[in-house]
Amino acid sequence: MSDVKKFLYLNRRAPYGTIYALESLEVVLIGAAFEQDVALAFVDDGVFQLTKGQNTDGIGVKNFSPTFRALGDYDVQKLYVERESLEERGLSEDDLMEVVYEDEDDDWEEKPAIRVISRAEMADVMADADVVLSF
Amino acid sequence: MSTLHTVNKSPFTTQALVSCLNHAKPGDAILMIEDGVYGGLGGTGLTEIIAEFGKNVSLYVLSPDLAARGFDAGRLIGEVEGVDYDGFVDLVTKHDRTQAWL
Amino acid sequence: MKIGVLVSEGPYTHQAADTAYKFVTAALAAGHEVPRVFFYHDGVNVATRLSVPPQDERHIQQNWTALAKEHGIDLVVCIAAAQRRGMLDENEANRQGKDASNIAEGFRISGLGQLIEMGIQTDRLVTFGD
Repeated sequence: MSDVKKFLYLNRRAPYGTIYALESLEVVLIGAAFEQDVALAFVDDGVFQLTKGQNTDGIGVKNFSPTFRALGDYDVQKLYVERESLEERGLSEDDLMEVVYEDEDDDWEEKPAIRVISRAEMADVMADADVVLSF
Repeated sequence: MSTLHTVNKSPFTTQALVSCLNHAKPGDAILMIEDGVYGGLGGTGLTEIIAEFGKNVSLYVLSPDLAARGFDAGRLIGEVEGVDYDGFVDLVTKHDRTQAWL
Repeated sequence: MKIGVLVSEGPYTHQAADTAYKFVTAALAAGHEVPRVFFYHDGVNVATRLSVPPQDERHIQQNWTALAKEHGIDLVVCIAAAQRRGMLDENEANRQGKDASNIAEGFRISGLGQLIEMGIQTDRLVTFGD
């Protein structure tokens, strides 16, 4: 086994109603320092974590959605979002915030980190992971 | 390479089991634990769909959880097998990764 | 085989900590190693030494403490999740100017890096939550 493992963070829950989304993100940020191969998966209600325009002023809870946009700085480059989960919830990619990373292999060009993929492709992503952390 | 999926929610409450079934690959195993064991019962509105998926994946329930809830193996869908905690451990080691559908 | 365990739900309300305990016991009996159990989200509440369940109920914290002592399991409580929920060891209580600590014997408070490290160093990671 190589020293680098593929970590998949599986997010299936919406933000704010429970703390899972926020505490999942905290693991991702800490985990980034370990130089593993990291990917995030957003399935089912997890896709609600990435909607743009989140405003928590009225609920007394910190809006942590801007943290997703900082993930590129932590070299987290793969945010897989399931297309079927979006569609079932009446959402499209346009409803999602923009997350980019700088590709060091391509003259540091800014590229989108969010990749909308099909359910079948999501199953492949899951089956490719060494460690799955579910939140 | 294969995955052991664990589901601990009743399929009548959340989508966890259905979503798991939708993502599991042939050769994978799904172990229903805690309230998840209700997904293994025969004669429910979901029996047909679960049995259909069971042709490609191996379906298990954690027997102590089933017994705690007042059911025995006779109430399970034919495709679903009961295992104890030792069987749970065997499933974890037999498959390459474990993925929880919380 | 080395199996790491993540407990991400609190005691008594959810079955997660009970299932995890039964699973770890069976894994050890089968000859596997469980080097570490990591407690996250409300799972950190398992570590309180102030829990007093009725005498005819299982004592979740004491069960874990005893199992860890017998088998040398590293029971790690996430510091960030613990501080949010009022779970402090003596050092943290002093540092934060609190008048009490509540972490039971056998548990230690540490960072999320311990969870990632567990994922790297074990052959399997099994999650119990809700």
